[in-house]
Amino acid sequence: MPETAFPNLIPALPEIFLAVAAMLLLMIGVFSREELAARTAGYGSVIVLIVAIVFVGLVAEGRVLTFGGAFVTDPFAVFVKVMTLIAAAAAILMSRSYLEDHKINRFEFPVLVLLAALGMLMMVSANDLIALYLGLELQSLALYVIASFQRDSTRSAEAGLKYFVLGAVASGLLLYGMTLVYGFSGTTNFDVLEKLFADSNAGAPVGVIVGVVFIIAGLAFKISAVPFHMWTPDVYEGAPTPVTALLAVAPKIAAMGLFIRVMTGPFGDLSGQWQQIIIFISIASMVLGAFAAINQKNIKRLMAYSSIGHMGYALIGLAVAGQTGSPAVQSDGLHGMLVYLAIYMVMNLGTFACILLMKKDGRMMEDINDLAGLSKTNPALAAVLTIFMFSMAGIPPLAGFLGKLYVFQSAIQAELFGLAIIGVLASVVGAFYYLRIVKVMYFDQPEDGLDGPISFEMKSILGVMGVVILLFIFLPGPLLSGAEAASAALLPG
Amino acid sequence: MENFPWLSVITFAPLVGVFFILLIRGDEELAAKNARGVGLWTSLITFFVSLGIWINFDNNASGFQFEERVVWVENLGLAYHLGVDGISMFFVILSTLLTVLCIGASWLSIKDRVREYIIAFLVLETLMIGMFSALDLVLFYVFFEGVLIPMFLIIGVWGGPRRNYAAFKFFLYTLAGSVLMLLAILTMILQAGTADITKLLTHDFPVGLQPWLWLAFFASFAVKVPMWPVHTWLPDAHVEAPTAGSVILAGVLLKFGGYGFLRFSLPMFPIASADFTPFVFGLSVIAIIYTSLVALAQEDMKKLIAYSSVAHMGFVTMGTFAANQQGIEGAVIQMLSHGVVSAALFLVVGVIYDRIHSREIDVYGGLIKRMPFYGLIFMIFLLASVGLPGTSGFVGEFLILVGTFKANSWVALLGATGVILGAAYMLYLYRRVVFGSLTKEALMSITDVSYREVAVFAPLLLIVFVMGIYPAPFLDVMQVSVENLVDRYTSALAAHEAHQAVTVLAK
Repeated sequence: MPETAFPNLIPALPEIFLAVAAMLLLMIGVFSREELAARTAGYGSVIVLIVAIVFVGLVAEGRVLTFGGAFVTDPFAVFVKVMTLIAAAAAILMSRSYLEDHKINRFEFPVLVLLAALGMLMMVSANDLIALYLGLELQSLALYVIASFQRDSTRSAEAGLKYFVLGAVASGLLLYGMTLVYGFSGTTNFDVLEKLFADSNAGAPVGVIVGVVFIIAGLAFKISAVPFHMWTPDVYEGAPTPVTALLAVAPKIAAMGLFIRVMTGPFGDLSGQWQQIIIFISIASMVLGAFAAINQKNIKRLMAYSSIGHMGYALIGLAVAGQTGSPAVQSDGLHGMLVYLAIYMVMNLGTFACILLMKKDGRMMEDINDLAGLSKTNPALAAVLTIFMFSMAGIPPLAGFLGKLYVFQSAIQAELFGLAIIGVLASVVGAFYYLRIVKVMYFDQPEDGLDGPISFEMKSILGVMGVVILLFIFLPGPLLSGAEAASAALLPG
Repeated sequence: MENFPWLSVITFAPLVGVFFILLIRGDEELAAKNARGVGLWTSLITFFVSLGIWINFDNNASGFQFEERVVWVENLGLAYHLGVDGISMFFVILSTLLTVLCIGASWLSIKDRVREYIIAFLVLETLMIGMFSALDLVLFYVFFEGVLIPMFLIIGVWGGPRRNYAAFKFFLYTLAGSVLMLLAILTMILQAGTADITKLLTHDFPVGLQPWLWLAFFASFAVKVPMWPVHTWLPDAHVEAPTAGSVILAGVLLKFGGYGFLRFSLPMFPIASADFTPFVFGLSVIAIIYTSLVALAQEDMKKLIAYSSVAHMGFVTMGTFAANQQGIEGAVIQMLSHGVVSAALFLVVGVIYDRIHSREIDVYGGLIKRMPFYGLIFMIFLLASVGLPGTSGFVGEFLILVGTFKANSWVALLGATGVILGAAYMLYLYRRVVFGSLTKEALMSITDVSYREVAVFAPLLLIVFVMGIYPAPFLDVMQVSVENLVDRYTSALAAHEAHQAVTVLAK
């Protein structure tokens, strides 16, 4: 593409729309009364995200490059973007009453979420190391701010600071890796890198390998995979709960999308080098996620370890995609991973909606024991949370089982038996702490009930997520075929 | 009625009841009453419809009947595929029957959260029926594993004082066994290119792979059966579960393992099965003798019956791996008989537990003076459990011992001692609880069985005698299926031996 040509903006329409809308909401916020601004920005941002989903769907047409090859849309990007946007929209919807209760219902919150979402979309569509970094940093900076959004709470401020410092370290690692890759290959474009490694018979220079390892480390931090997970429990616990709900889902999915694209695209032919690393962090995440959560009393910390574990399971798919040989098997690995992530998104959003309802006398509760006897005081809520917990444990007939089924199926296909066996055994250990929450709700004697009544927004989120998880097994087709198209797009041929 | 989807209707009928129970509104008392009513009617209708598959069953047809097939997950080749043969058909009916009795037996004893209780049992019923009629590997696994959810809640919510421990132990033990089976299932699908059980039954898996698959399935089924030494969850679960929970656990859930051996291990991995037969025989004999001795020393009635279950299921695994017509038919009959008899024994214990609220043997004594009918019912089921001729227990144990004797006379000899030990601990239990002098204060005003309780026991008594006196209707149904299974097993072994002989000669 000649340098002078004006770039084709159509593929980037959702991103452009999000950016303009975020700035517009910011302006409305600045120039109107406080409550009005908060309400407009709150509902406005949800509508913006939904419109963005429509745009994502509209521009979906094969693989299109733009901005000098730095930006790409393909069915894979569409799939991941839709998940990310749904997660962001749900997180904003869930945050409303929390923000009001804590008197931090300000218009900046939804605007920041929109900006973070914009960053995530750019990450997913990045086809160049520079674009990757831009998206990642936009996303991270917005999230650092909202992690400490509850300014007068030391916990929240601490969480934000911790997240920022450790996030900066990760960005440093990532940048360093990118520099090495650029230095040894002379390009930052994914397509050129891919071609370069595919053509060279001698294998990649050591510098590139070191660079790839640093990039993996930086991205592993973003998805909080072991051994770069240390920030997760503290940040999850300290951040305001709606922010935790956002952190646990949307950025994870976007970063996973980016991870997949980077590993299978430009570095796809180096899979012999990185596959063992992915296998290691996958196993370490599954095992640590299972064991470390056992003794947690705070439900947000527990969810942090649970998400570490889930990332480990999802990474099985990436490990499979690194199996040289059959592209069909690799594609199955990605397919399983995407299905897993989609189901993870639904389960997690639902669970966090439940956690946001853990209020007693107007104060938020975070101890698992505060759920004691919930099955008596609020049977419907207890039943829904039970569905999410059993689904997270991967018990059929709930959706979480199908997610696990797919990643393990691909692992067996790639003959990664050790990974599969450790994975299923870790899932048994993990089942213990999910069961513990069910136990507290059903077997223990009730204390004072939680505050009611539940707002319409929460009811609809819980209802939709619960029904999806419960009935997914009857109609898995649409998600499966969507994920199949997405994974096929990444591995042509 | 040619194309009537019998199995789907039977499987999902209980869920219709669940739907109606969810609609029930009103104050707690009324809601409980309505929930019981809906539960009972749903399970009764399901039971009567399930008798339809027996009436329409063709005894001479080999292969599966009432098959239904709808594509489910296309890219993995999974299907919603149901069907029964002579082996699985009775287990479907056993499940529907015991659910009716469970709901009947908990009519008065469950006062807390009745709606949830009935829902749990109806969901459990759906999963059990689905498990026995699934003809797709993954569908089978979904039902097999899904059972854990309602059972976990039944033990944990309505159980005894140590219910937390028992519920977790039950769940995690069985889950740990099952996840390895899941990996084996995925390997099989990949290897054979299909998840269709009807096709897998004749698929020859590579000889080198069979032991691994066999072991993975064994890990799951051995925990379910349960076999010594992974049986320790069972006494805990039985003791803590409410009466109806114990009934379903002993009556149906333990059969999952035995059924699994018959449906998967023997026909799909015949060579590995033959290699592991001494191992299974060893564990079975230990289970029979060791747990019988343990049962002799129990102070808790439910625990005693739980240990006797382990011993009786030891007979089942022994007969199964004898792998001949008598052994397998005996194993199926023994499973059905044990399903009825142990369920009945738990109900028998439940009757006095509801009145005195203790399961300690020492609390009772001399019940025959106040409860003559109860003593009679207890005696009949006890003798059926021991295997007295004329009761269902005899047919099963006799066939198993004949089959095992053909396969290995020493194992049969050791197994037969279990029959004697069984008589010892059962009669000892009976003497301490029912006979003796009525001296204890609490027992002075105890009342005999009520009409509702008799109604619960009546069908079980009938089955015990019919199966014991005239077992032909049961044996006729399973004969062709068992023949198929034995043929498949022996021909696969013969082919393997011939193949080995050829390779030896070639060398």
